[in-house]
Amino acid sequence: MTYRTFEDDHRRRQPRRAGPPGGAGLAIGLGLVLLGGLAAQQYATRQQDRRPADSAPGRTARQNRFGGYAVTGRSVTIDRPRQEIYEFWREFRNLAHFMENVESVHAADDISIWTISAPLGYAVEVKTRIVSDRPGEEIAWRSTDDSQIDTEGKVMFRDAPGGRGTVVEAVVAYRPPMGELGRIAAKLFQTEPAIQARRDLKRLKMLLETGEIATNANRNDA
Amino acid sequence: MRALTYHGKHDVRVDTVPDPEIVNPRDAIIEVTSTAICGSDLHLYDGVIPAVQKGDILGHEFMGRVVETGSGSTLKKGQRVVVPFTISCGQCFHCKLQQFSACDNSNPVDKQDLTEPLFGHAVSGLFGYSHLTGGYPGGQAEYVRVPFSNVGPIVIPEGMEDDEVLFLSDILPTGWMAAENAEITQGDTVAVWGCGPVGLFAIQSAKVMGAHKVIAIDHYPNRLDLARKMGAEVIDYTQTHVLEALMEMTGGIGPDAVIDAVGMESHGFAPDNVFDTIKQKVGFGADAPHALRMAIMACRKGGRISMPGVYGGFADKFPLGALMEKGLQLRTGQTHVQRYTKDLLRRIQEGELDTTFMISHRLPLEDAPRGYDNFANNQNDWTKVVLKPGSAMS
Repeated sequence: MTYRTFEDDHRRRQPRRAGPPGGAGLAIGLGLVLLGGLAAQQYATRQQDRRPADSAPGRTARQNRFGGYAVTGRSVTIDRPRQEIYEFWREFRNLAHFMENVESVHAADDISIWTISAPLGYAVEVKTRIVSDRPGEEIAWRSTDDSQIDTEGKVMFRDAPGGRGTVVEAVVAYRPPMGELGRIAAKLFQTEPAIQARRDLKRLKMLLETGEIATNANRNDA
Repeated sequence: MRALTYHGKHDVRVDTVPDPEIVNPRDAIIEVTSTAICGSDLHLYDGVIPAVQKGDILGHEFMGRVVETGSGSTLKKGQRVVVPFTISCGQCFHCKLQQFSACDNSNPVDKQDLTEPLFGHAVSGLFGYSHLTGGYPGGQAEYVRVPFSNVGPIVIPEGMEDDEVLFLSDILPTGWMAAENAEITQGDTVAVWGCGPVGLFAIQSAKVMGAHKVIAIDHYPNRLDLARKMGAEVIDYTQTHVLEALMEMTGGIGPDAVIDAVGMESHGFAPDNVFDTIKQKVGFGADAPHALRMAIMACRKGGRISMPGVYGGFADKFPLGALMEKGLQLRTGQTHVQRYTKDLLRRIQEGELDTTFMISHRLPLEDAPRGYDNFANNQNDWTKVVLKPGSAMS
């Protein structure tokens, strides 16, 4: 039986101290760079705080988290009347026509159940309640307490300048499942809400302006 | 069906692939009777345009007979049509302004994700080109699915030959728009870099628009000859100092307008171009705009630059100072083909434009790889290649 003594420990550590600083030095250096970066970021944030707010929508801010929520949104101008687009959207079943990851929407009274495909073939159910419904102007929703995802959002319709139709603006706030990790994973699998919002609104525009959604597929089974 | 597909840099093959079907309501299926190899296909062939994938069917200059129509198509089976290379919906903001190559609705949304970071916006879908512009299967094939067939294709009257009208699909409107962008007025002198098909059509168009003198710049004797036949004076840059010559040929003023019909793969053994070409070969910095640089230097003060040549990335050593200090205007863009087809068809019918003089070779589709090879490497003699699907191998 051998005992470990203080001297042994000391001896064991000795060569490490005497050796080339390689790994440790690199780690310390990297740490310093990271610290410096963090400090610079903190400083920049503080600098920004002192500035008066600009005219841009909050979701375009360099900061992308508001409390525990990720906020995303997108605008698109569609050359159709406001009321027509509102009515198309308000019929929630229509949303599955142009929203890639929405498999189905079932509406009963003021509750809607959304089946949304998630990475790796999973599906999540989001239950929402309409919290505001102003015909031709705005539809807003909030998830119910028993929903699998905590989210709220709204879509707004306003006349575009110069007779260009309607500006449709959708904003969604959500608490990413599994936090930041979930957001990154979803982004890798192309289902992150920001990417979806961008694609879905363009598909809505295609559908309402031309009656079809562009595809380069040469065959229906492709 | 048989179709020419991309397999890699300098490797294109005629393969058997599935026939296209009607997918969207406004689609039509065209049985191709003639299809050309375009200078911009050579950018794909040389691997300098990003987002081209193995198996992509190339080709964007084609015409043929309608064999099938979707419920929303206005075409009828049996009609002969020329199809614009730009795919445009006809109903978005840009199409209504006749900016067809800026169509919002023809580039599939997942492809737009590739284009937006590169260009800030997605542009319209194009047939047989990069996935930046939709990755649509192209026209060097026996059949093509044509989306928005109620907007693009132009019906050709019986009695006109394919070769007379085929180039309405791209290079004729492209040359015409290049001249239009040069804003030519009576008495103007216009200099055109590049005597490929687009340059030659730009020369012809500039003459029709009333240019007093057109000066064409190239180094292939045969191509300079064709330019001369179109009424241009010519400069062979291998034997003449181009900038000096242009000043002396314009009474010390410089050309009123300059047209870069060369694009991203300039030839010429100038230091800037050697550097650009090396960067291109190692995949760093896509564009080699030697001709454009020279055009900007040559242009008279307050003159116009028209840039039909294709670019896909970033340029450096760009004479921004000359552009600004001389107060030049620069106009460019993928051609808004649908804007011009009707008018140009009439001009062909009336004999105002000669559209067949540049065709040097007609090959069966099966021979397309040989066509690419020679169009790329034997540019003096191979000025324009037209492929005929359905004809036997020579």
